[in-house]
Amino acid sequence: MKFQRYIQNHQNQITLASAILIAIGFAGKYLLSSTVVYDWAFILASIIAAVPIMIHAYQSLRVKVISIELLVSIAVVGAFIIGEYNESAIVTFLFLFGSYLEQRTLSKTRQSIKSLTQMAPETAVILHDDGTQEEVDIDDVDEGDHIMVKTGASVPVDGNIVSGSGYLDESVITGESKAVAKTAGDSVYSGSILGNGTLTVEATKVGEDTTFGKIIELVEDAQDAKSPAESFIDKFAQYYTPAVLVIAALVYLFTRDFPTAITVLVLGCPGALVIGAPVSNVAGIGNGAKRGILLKGGAVMDDFAKVDTFVFDKTGTLTLGNTAVSAVKDYADDSKEALALVARAERLSDHPLGKAITDYATHEKVDFEQLDVAENDTVKGQGLTATIDGHHVLVGNLKMMNANSIALTDTQKADLTDVQHTGSSVVMVAVDGALKLILGVSDTIRPGIKAQLQALRDHGAKHLVMLTGDNKITAQYVAEQIGLDEVHAELLPEEKVDYIKKFKDQGRTVAFVGDGINDSPAIATAQIGIAMGNGTDVAIETSDVVLMQSSFEALVHAYALSKKTVINTKENIAIAIGVVVFLLIGLIVGFIYMASGMFVHEASILVVIFNAMRLISYGKMPTQAQQAATQKTSLT
Amino acid sequence: MTTKRAVLQLDGLTCPSCMTKIESALAHQPGVEKVKVLFNASKAKADFDDSKVSAEELGQVVDKLGYEVKKIKVKDTVAAK
Repeated sequence: MKFQRYIQNHQNQITLASAILIAIGFAGKYLLSSTVVYDWAFILASIIAAVPIMIHAYQSLRVKVISIELLVSIAVVGAFIIGEYNESAIVTFLFLFGSYLEQRTLSKTRQSIKSLTQMAPETAVILHDDGTQEEVDIDDVDEGDHIMVKTGASVPVDGNIVSGSGYLDESVITGESKAVAKTAGDSVYSGSILGNGTLTVEATKVGEDTTFGKIIELVEDAQDAKSPAESFIDKFAQYYTPAVLVIAALVYLFTRDFPTAITVLVLGCPGALVIGAPVSNVAGIGNGAKRGILLKGGAVMDDFAKVDTFVFDKTGTLTLGNTAVSAVKDYADDSKEALALVARAERLSDHPLGKAITDYATHEKVDFEQLDVAENDTVKGQGLTATIDGHHVLVGNLKMMNANSIALTDTQKADLTDVQHTGSSVVMVAVDGALKLILGVSDTIRPGIKAQLQALRDHGAKHLVMLTGDNKITAQYVAEQIGLDEVHAELLPEEKVDYIKKFKDQGRTVAFVGDGINDSPAIATAQIGIAMGNGTDVAIETSDVVLMQSSFEALVHAYALSKKTVINTKENIAIAIGVVVFLLIGLIVGFIYMASGMFVHEASILVVIFNAMRLISYGKMPTQAQQAATQKTSLT
Repeated sequence: MTTKRAVLQLDGLTCPSCMTKIESALAHQPGVEKVKVLFNASKAKADFDDSKVSAEELGQVVDKLGYEVKKIKVKDTVAAK
């Protein structure tokens, strides 16, 4: 056991020793013309380099796995028996050197994930009730513990700030490198780095339950979640390796050509084929992870690359989801009073439009909080009525005005149509039986979205659709502004699902993009469910692709990256198959023998790894400068 | 009995066949219900019955195969998972 461990730990030194011996052997032959030095150097080189390979072969065999190492071991022993010491030495050396290079290059493709996991804090400073501090292993922190975070340190838990304030870099969670100011009461994420200040945080989630912990676990799982092509190759390799052994035996039985039989063993190693597809996926997923884009495995990339129809939710996806008063038509003698009354009335409701109005009133420095409310009532489908400060106030839609016989002048009617056509939701206000205000409340269209949607089209998206629960006029307005192919408004969540099903039945591959909170059915129905922003637990679990940063730039990158990764995988499979065919022809024609075969084989493995590594640096990193450069375009 | 999940952090795995080896060796241990080896993360995850086998014993099995176990974590599995 100790011997095995020793050999494994010193494999690199063994490889080097083998290389030196091979050099000595050639020197002996060509400089000293000594066949004794030549033979013995190669015999020694074969033996020391064969040891680690045979150990691996034996270990696999014990658990009933016929490994590549076994094929090589048999071939080497065979070459040794027939006195082909130079072949056996070079084959074993190339095999070891090849796996050394594989190890080095593979770890490069895994680098993005590794740098992510290394960000995970290992220790935390617990602040005890008596004021003492204690540094403990991250596994020993419990929910409810108070954790001290100092400048430059990373937050070790998800939690809420109890005291202190500071600037936090949350780029490991959002992929967006930007300092966010946080203070007591705000929540913080594990893995974010405190730029300055000192915080005391009460832990709400620890270890692998934190958002960051979940991201790491998801990315780790994703890298090993195989695409159908990969699973097929894996199955294939399982039978392929033993089959090579059988073929080699048959070759010997029929031809009695021992050297050819053992050459078959070396050539039969399925190296590049087995490693080609996974290595592309790892590099692709790593590329995404660095940018706050979580792609859940090879199969997801496969499907995503095929998507031709993107279905978007409106609020919070195509728009920013923060409503604001965008139009005011004023017919009151005292407009401040009217605004105060409506703001006071809206304070009673938790309607999203209400918040926009109270915010607007606060912004206009209207003092409404103190007004006295005598009675209030909500009329379903119309709005609300209230008696405030002795005035009878109606806040609602046209239906409510008609129901209460509030007459509109021609100007007011024209104003109403105007406001509706800007895509705003309309709030009408009547005080003591006369219309005083028409307010337009609207959402802000995401800045720069038109260009990003065009980029999706450039990458192969054919059909862009909006499904929304919002009213038709608003939906139509947004669609026209940003250029969509199809719009369906006033939908219930289950109707959204029906539309997605319909698209699928038409033979389209559908991706649904939503904020991930209330879109779960749609996300589950579409072939690819994409949750955008916030990094909520639900979003991380239910969707296929998570964009930690709420940005269309990330969506476009994810789409393009999937396509690139799929192409890269295909290239690798083609290279691998091409090499096998080349070797087979070489063997039949007779220009490939053991050592050269092993060389081509190892070289092909490195070629597929290098090909995959191109994916790591694909695309530019999102920068703050770009975000600042995209001008805000609002609905008004 | 209680089912627990052991997460073994291994020294970098480099050959896909190592995965098969570890997976089948762990699966053959008494009390082990589900094994998953993550090749790229170099982690082995095993759900096991802690009355039949311990996480340390599982670590030793992997160690005997010739793979260094760097860290062992044991978690209670949530019933829903």
